[in-house]
Amino acid sequence: MVTLNHYLILSAILFSIGTAGVFVRRNLITILLSIEIMLNAVNLTFVAFGRALGSADGLAIVITLFRHKESLNPESFTALKW
Amino acid sequence: LGSEAALFYVFGAVAVIASLLVIAQRNPVYSVLLLIGSFGALSGLYVLLEAPFVAVIQIIVYAGAIMVLFLFVVMLLNAPHEDTEYDERVHPLLRPGPMRFGAMLAMALLVELVWALTKGAELGAFTGTGVSSVQTIGRLLFTEYAFPFEVTSILILVAMVGAVVLARRETR
Repeated sequence: MVTLNHYLILSAILFSIGTAGVFVRRNLITILLSIEIMLNAVNLTFVAFGRALGSADGLAIVITLFRHKESLNPESFTALKW
Repeated sequence: LGSEAALFYVFGAVAVIASLLVIAQRNPVYSVLLLIGSFGALSGLYVLLEAPFVAVIQIIVYAGAIMVLFLFVVMLLNAPHEDTEYDERVHPLLRPGPMRFGAMLAMALLVELVWALTKGAELGAFTGTGVSSVQTIGRLLFTEYAFPFEVTSILILVAMVGAVVLARRETR
């Protein structure tokens, strides 16, 4: 059973590979390619969230967060886990 | 293990291995070609997520257009290798000093992210059906999100003009 967490972890792995590429490589083209890897990892997160929340946009995430904290202030969402 | 899970692991493994090879590869041409493979695997994942529009766009725009542009620039600059002799001799992933420190930072980021994702609550399986059919997206894009759509078009136009100005040959 593939859950949202699977996709998020895959996305985290891809993002870290991109970060490592930016730090490690000394070739502008490869650094740009690493940034592309990171962008696509974030894109995968968006699509996975959109699928899980049954909506086509990130507003659903905002609604979920609001239901949890009753606040729209970004500083209320400093915890890394629920 | 269902067929969906098997497909997820196959596409995920291809994406991760291809991305790793992108940053381990010394010749930018190979890097670009491997990145196309990684994007193809990601496109398969989008299909699994019932987002066919994103999957097709991934192939057309990323693998088709952007990567061709990258290949064009690599070949235009004709600089397949890294600059100094030291860079030629030592593999990028094996160099000492700040570069290895950067790799450790990225590893720490990975450990932290995976820790946060596995320790947190299970965010749940996918329920219901996806709503991201091409028809729905098209309708939303030209009705509810028409203004953001136009603003994005202007942003891209500005980027295009910027690229032309930057690439213009200096006349004097």
